[in-house]
Amino acid sequence: MTSTITLPDAIEQRPPSSLPWARHSLTLAGRSVKKMMRHPEQFFDVTLQPVLFLMIFVYVLGGAIAGSTHDYLQFVLPGILIQTVLFSTISIGVNLNTDIKEGVFDRFKSLPIARSAPLVGATIAECLRYSITIGISLIAGFLMGYRTSTSVLDVLAACLLVLVFAWCLCWIAIWLGMVSREAGSVQGIGFMALFPLTFGSSMFASADTMPGWLRAWVNVNPVTHLTDAVRGLLTGGPVAEDAFIALGTAGLILAVFAPLAVRAYRTKA
Amino acid sequence: MVDMTNYAIKAEGLTKHYGDTIALDGIDLAVPEGSVLGVLGPNGAGKTTAVRILATLLQPDAGHATVAGHDVLLDPTAVRRSIGLTGQYASVDEQLTGRENLELFARLLDFSRPDARARATELLGQFGLTEAGDRRIKTYSGGMRRRLDLAASLVGRPEVIFLDEPTTGLDPSKRDDVWNLVRMLTAEGTSVLLTTQYLEEADALADAITVIDLGKVIAHGTAAELKQIVGGRSLQVRPTNVRDTADIRAVLSRITGRPVEEPTRGLLTTPIEDEKDFTDIVVDLAARGIPVTEIALKLPSLDEVFFTLTGKGVPDDAPADLDKEPVS
Repeated sequence: MTSTITLPDAIEQRPPSSLPWARHSLTLAGRSVKKMMRHPEQFFDVTLQPVLFLMIFVYVLGGAIAGSTHDYLQFVLPGILIQTVLFSTISIGVNLNTDIKEGVFDRFKSLPIARSAPLVGATIAECLRYSITIGISLIAGFLMGYRTSTSVLDVLAACLLVLVFAWCLCWIAIWLGMVSREAGSVQGIGFMALFPLTFGSSMFASADTMPGWLRAWVNVNPVTHLTDAVRGLLTGGPVAEDAFIALGTAGLILAVFAPLAVRAYRTKA
Repeated sequence: MVDMTNYAIKAEGLTKHYGDTIALDGIDLAVPEGSVLGVLGPNGAGKTTAVRILATLLQPDAGHATVAGHDVLLDPTAVRRSIGLTGQYASVDEQLTGRENLELFARLLDFSRPDARARATELLGQFGLTEAGDRRIKTYSGGMRRRLDLAASLVGRPEVIFLDEPTTGLDPSKRDDVWNLVRMLTAEGTSVLLTTQYLEEADALADAITVIDLGKVIAHGTAAELKQIVGGRSLQVRPTNVRDTADIRAVLSRITGRPVEEPTRGLLTTPIEDEKDFTDIVVDLAARGIPVTEIALKLPSLDEVFFTLTGKGVPDDAPADLDKEPVS
């Protein structure tokens, strides 16, 4: 494009990529990552939180719940990992809500790129944060004595499963970010929704000791299935059915909320 | 007669409602290729809504428009390829540097990495931001930010540029800066739609002016034509010493032969038709040794334009910024 005058159209532009949508999304993901790197405090929640939660749950409550802190660590680590990742999905909604008010999104909308590209780009960058949480949780757990008993591929599959689930779930936060007037309300609604999803699951305790009504909820809660599948992948046990249910629910969430989010973004003035 | 003009922008009957509020009530706008149209109006007149519709950010409820020959509703992507948009609020990423912003937009316009870098360097140079290029936007002054914003809208060498109140909130010297940049653009033949609240700005930059109020076009013409309608300029003099007020008043009324008013304490104004009067007044005051802190020729303010055109002033209770009302 720099030599408009001398070269004819055909060779002036680089050959159009077959997937401009993917390229634009990646370019915009690069922007989000750059912004994250300049605000390292954005990583506090994803780095410190899993470590703090692990220490509180294992050393404060673990002995009382499971009889030994080590046994409880083996049980609770997948739960803490998933909980931290799920809670960090809220921030994308908060960030986009403020980002959009700055005006740079107006320019994105005036460019010949897909309307979904800025949103998809932001979610790709979020995956970096989720990956950091997963990594930190595993490392912190390992230092505290957590041991996996499966293959490296199984462990990677567990990480990927959490990542995919979180990526699908973050579209709810994006949609909330688009339809909420204030960033604060995104945070409030997000937390309200995540408490029953995380604590009302098999993350922190087996459902066996819970009252019947709660057990019924825990058993249908997709986060229970996600946790059980990750547990299976990290320390052995059945995986397939739980993973299938978790991914199916995540896919359903994506199918409903991604279009809603993009639509809300398009019509947001 | 067949209209043979080629239009960069042609809009007919654009209408937009936000609930019960009418932002645009069927306005027509036309920008012949290579010319500058000034859209003049107060806050809430519908200027920004019109720009957002033409830039494909909003869909009109009725009416149609073409930009660079492409229909905004039928072929928005082609419109987006042809336009540059500079918003009322700096639409660049504050957390990134000037160069990163320009490279980002170039990449999104499908420039290769080296081309994007070259274009960013070129624009930073053109807009006097080479030094500041690697600093984050949030450290920029208001004037630098506007310049970068303008540069950002030129990355893809657009045929049509929208400047939505490009100088609102800038001090006068920075405003002149932006004006010069806009003149540079128009000298290259780019078509421009400029919205503004200042008749002075439309007068300085636009070939034609459309005045809108409450979503309707209330006047259209060249700056000279409009000035004829709304009356000429006025001279403002602010004495350094209040006790000179009476003497200055006498000088003014003798030379212009028109009544002299004191709208606020310590400021004298009088209508002025002949530019020679201005020089005479300056010479006369100097000869008498009367010091003044300010002496200036003023175009009618938007308030006065509106008073003449509509018989009422800009309403004080006008919604602060209707244009920004979100779609429900």
